[in-house]
Amino acid sequence: METRELTCIGCPMGCQITVQLEKGEVVSIEGNTCEKGDIYARKEVTDPTRIVTSTVVIKGGDKERLPVKTKSDIPKDKIFDVMKDIDAVTAEAPKKIGDVIIDNVAGTGVAVIATRNIGIE
Amino acid sequence: MLSYDIVIVGGGPAGLAAAVAAREAGTESILILERDHELGGILNQCIHNGFGLHTFKEELTGPEYAYRFMEQVFEKKIEYKLNTMVMDISADRVVTAMNKKDGMFEIQAGAVVLAMGCRERPRGALNIPGYRPAGIFSAGTAQRLVNIEGYMPGREVVILGSGDIGLIMARRMTLEGAKVKVVAELLPFSGGLKRNIVQCLDDFGIPLKLSHTVVDIEGKERVSAVTIAEVGPDMKPIPGTEERYTCDTLLLSCGLIPENELSKSAGVELSPVTSGPVVNESLETSIPGVFACGNVLHVHDLVDFVSEEAKKAGENASKYVQKTLASSDKESIKLVATEGARYTVPVTINTDRMDDLLTVRFRVGAVFQDSYVSVYFDDERIMHLKKRIMAPGEMEQVILQKKKLAEYPDLKTITIKIEKE
Repeated sequence: METRELTCIGCPMGCQITVQLEKGEVVSIEGNTCEKGDIYARKEVTDPTRIVTSTVVIKGGDKERLPVKTKSDIPKDKIFDVMKDIDAVTAEAPKKIGDVIIDNVAGTGVAVIATRNIGIE
Repeated sequence: MLSYDIVIVGGGPAGLAAAVAAREAGTESILILERDHELGGILNQCIHNGFGLHTFKEELTGPEYAYRFMEQVFEKKIEYKLNTMVMDISADRVVTAMNKKDGMFEIQAGAVVLAMGCRERPRGALNIPGYRPAGIFSAGTAQRLVNIEGYMPGREVVILGSGDIGLIMARRMTLEGAKVKVVAELLPFSGGLKRNIVQCLDDFGIPLKLSHTVVDIEGKERVSAVTIAEVGPDMKPIPGTEERYTCDTLLLSCGLIPENELSKSAGVELSPVTSGPVVNESLETSIPGVFACGNVLHVHDLVDFVSEEAKKAGENASKYVQKTLASSDKESIKLVATEGARYTVPVTINTDRMDDLLTVRFRVGAVFQDSYVSVYFDDERIMHLKKRIMAPGEMEQVILQKKKLAEYPDLKTITIKIEKE
């Protein structure tokens, strides 16, 4: 039996969760105060994911940098591959919140989208 | 002289939410004064996600969260002035401000909402020994450089203080290719949110050294190394525990201080614990008609709670100018924080002015596990709420019911304390 102590990141509460694993299978989850914690803990011990946020260079805009995020979470071990793609791209103003900047980042099938409006200089 | 029913000082998350709420409560004449060239305040540089779970039930980045409120300000055609610095607020609510276009001008305000936010504690306030080379930044300055201006402040980084901005910047600089060598925290616990320790340090194998501080900074022109050492219970460095890290950058994330120069000169009474105004149930300061919310009142961890608090301040400012806020003559109930609880916001309650439910926010002074938040009405324990964990870095709250208070007409003092059982 393997025990893993986690801090839930599903919301700012940060519940302390104890997961019991038997041969890689989740046996019990304790300490979460909502459904989200259960889902997070199961995922964190089997398939951890993160949302990545960063900025990209933007040309012709009224700001120097366009903040972006992955539209949904990506595998934790792909974080630096995602960053490599984000650092390689240059956006053109104008951009609106939600505009797709990269269709399929680092082969994850997830888009990178703008998180603020940037007007033309 | 210009005249507005409500003048809001600051166009960050608190000011925006207060403005929207005041308009929704029926006040037409509202002016937001913002010193930056855009609305949104600090959220513009907080490009990470995690905002809005309480308010919008989804996870947003800082700029996205700010825009939700900015959009409402635009739709409601609430007036605002950018690049405008407020110079003075008088006790009779004359606001003196200036900008390049209008020069110096005065506004008579029916009510004022203080929403100036907070500042980072600078190196000068920390007494760190060593040289004074380039390469020492507050975490928020580094955040602005990286996220807004697109500059990397350094490549090899040591961080002093485990406040949220420092943790966020540890991840941010790691993602952009820097090597964050260590985060040193003077206290035996982190002042940051748990989730940030997990996502920003643990994810990238960045060590967090609790009970450690910086004892030397080397470098003539630029930082070349930083030495940290363990501190004892007296907070003094323990000789022989020094560890030297070569680096070109030291980030400081050592606490935030409400920015109350304007409040002070207006004569607003400040709390020595929070450094923010002392407020009543309506979030009104010691000057009638002057309200406060957000980080200028007390430093928050979550913008969602700033918005919630600012909404109340905006609504109450609106009631004040519409003369529907009950008189403040009635003797107030005092709120006292003791035995583990450091302060409360508000500090007095006039039940005539109270909503059906009143949120009392507070912080604890140490880490408490499996303890209770107890609320006493005079000597009688009324609430006893079990908490698995409470930490100074995470704000707590209790909700008081007006109808419960009505059962205690002679109530003088409500005490909030932390109990083991």
